[in-house]
Amino acid sequence: MRKFRLLVLILVLAAPGWPAVATAAEERFPAPEFETQYEIPTPAHPHPRQDFFEYLDIAVLLAALGLAAFFAIKKRSRLGLFSLTFFSILYFGFFRHGCICPVGALQNVIFSFSGDYLLPLGVILFFALPLLFALFFGRVFCASVCPLGALQEAVIYKPIRLPQPIKHVLGLIPYLYLGLAVLFASTGSGFVICRFDPFVGFYRLSATPFMLLLGLGLLLTGIFIARPYCRFFCPYGVLLGIFSFFAKKHLSITPKECIHCRLCENACPVDAINPPSPRLYKTSKAQQIKHFGIFLAFVPLILATSGFGFSRLTDVLARQDRMVSLAERIHQEETNVATGNTLDSDAFRQEQTRVEDLYRQAARIRHKFYIGLWVFGLFFGLVISLKIIVLMQRPGRTDYTPDRFHCISCGRCMEYCPVQSDGSVTET
Amino acid sequence: MKKKNTNLTRREFIKDLFHKLLLLLLGSFVVSRFFKSAAAGYVWQIDPKKCVKCGRCATACVLTPSAVKCVHAFEICGYCNLCFGYFQPGALRLTADAENQLCPTGALQRRFVEDPFFEYTINEALCIGCGKCVKGCNLFGNGSLYLQVRHDRCKHCNECSIARVCAGRAFVRTPARKATFKNA
Repeated sequence: MRKFRLLVLILVLAAPGWPAVATAAEERFPAPEFETQYEIPTPAHPHPRQDFFEYLDIAVLLAALGLAAFFAIKKRSRLGLFSLTFFSILYFGFFRHGCICPVGALQNVIFSFSGDYLLPLGVILFFALPLLFALFFGRVFCASVCPLGALQEAVIYKPIRLPQPIKHVLGLIPYLYLGLAVLFASTGSGFVICRFDPFVGFYRLSATPFMLLLGLGLLLTGIFIARPYCRFFCPYGVLLGIFSFFAKKHLSITPKECIHCRLCENACPVDAINPPSPRLYKTSKAQQIKHFGIFLAFVPLILATSGFGFSRLTDVLARQDRMVSLAERIHQEETNVATGNTLDSDAFRQEQTRVEDLYRQAARIRHKFYIGLWVFGLFFGLVISLKIIVLMQRPGRTDYTPDRFHCISCGRCMEYCPVQSDGSVTET
Repeated sequence: MKKKNTNLTRREFIKDLFHKLLLLLLGSFVVSRFFKSAAAGYVWQIDPKKCVKCGRCATACVLTPSAVKCVHAFEICGYCNLCFGYFQPGALRLTADAENQLCPTGALQRRFVEDPFFEYTINEALCIGCGKCVKGCNLFGNGSLYLQVRHDRCKHCNECSIARVCAGRAFVRTPARKATFKNA
């Protein structure tokens, strides 16, 4: 393993210039021979972050996830979860400056499948640990470990409930965002999630005006519409939701048995409490099955339309890739469509790479986008279809239960439940 | 009532199946990647050979001023009498007066060594990473001045915002353990 690592390090390092390379460079003017006792100084090179911190981060993440799961499921303590939120803001946010967070690590994972980029151990675990915890305890990562969520958690003041149709439509955005992030990471065109991360600027204490406004806007929205980024944008939340849906244990609203008092009905800031199913439906079971069958017949059509529709976006999106846009610019300059050179086209000509090679590379990337967009379209069509199928279902719930996909395990509902752990009910 | 019970167990069975499937998926991902993992994280570094001194380092970094600074490799400095990193082209007099200096912030400073040599050092607190001096030094001198990411300032963004716009595509993800210098 060590040998392999070394080999890859050498490969990765083949390009960058070190002082060693620099010293080997041709010197036009040799250094003079000094007559005084002058000694040529050596420049100081600050070290990057020590390895120790990498392991510390992993240990702290593991501890925080464990603690969050403990607070959410065993201790049932909202106060504990909320305190942990502030710890996350301080440690994962201000101390660690946010990078690399599990949300962004998703792109590194995809990127590592397509290039010669090796995943660092920290990134592997930052990606996998929250998912593993979600698979056993629900989205405890969202509850109080995620630095993006923590910031929004702190500003929730008067959460309102969005109308159901709006909620479902906005709820589709994360799938689009996820698809886009995977597409761009797999073509090596960039990390979209990191580029449009609205909150990391606060932690770095430095951001572009646009990102600052976006972040502030989301936080202001977050006062009334709880956790807008988590619910309507976060692409990692999709994965966490899926893993959490099949979780072994999950935060429960009531410690014993639900008494249908309806006190928790409005407790959830992210609208993730499923009420008991109605006893009577307008349509009969037979009719429902018939509707389901008709819809199934339409699914291939939805998939095909979506796939085709997305593949039409190839040119627009491929242009976002640097090599593709450079190739386009060079082509325009060669054919005199565009006049003048840009810094990038100048730099390309200095490199003395053959133009044909650039065109070929750009075409390759464009083709990747084309295939990727077809897959993306099919995926999104499938998401829409599944969403409709889920909405058609009659789950037969008898109690108030958390929606395991969307519940972020913040634990607010627990305080509303009058049932005590010994089964007794407190009068209010 | 009986029917409802079987319904429930079927759902639970499928849930359990998916739970195991996802666990297997996640497990195999971690194990397969673990044995191919890069030990430490990556840092961003500039390849001075590819750098075209376009000046975007000064403006594109998420930090203000940028985490990229000019660095002086003293070993290859020619101690030129007319330092093109220091003096404005066509400077009237070779003095340290501001109008004669190329650096917009006065970050490149010189110290008298012996006649006629000066030692040039970078005051990092003032340097904004614009690369003007680097351009001058590379055009006419040895190229001992170069731009580099200073790891004590860099926030190690997952996607470097300078790398995204770097005209020479000179930014490289480099394993952190290899990013230290021999003479450090």
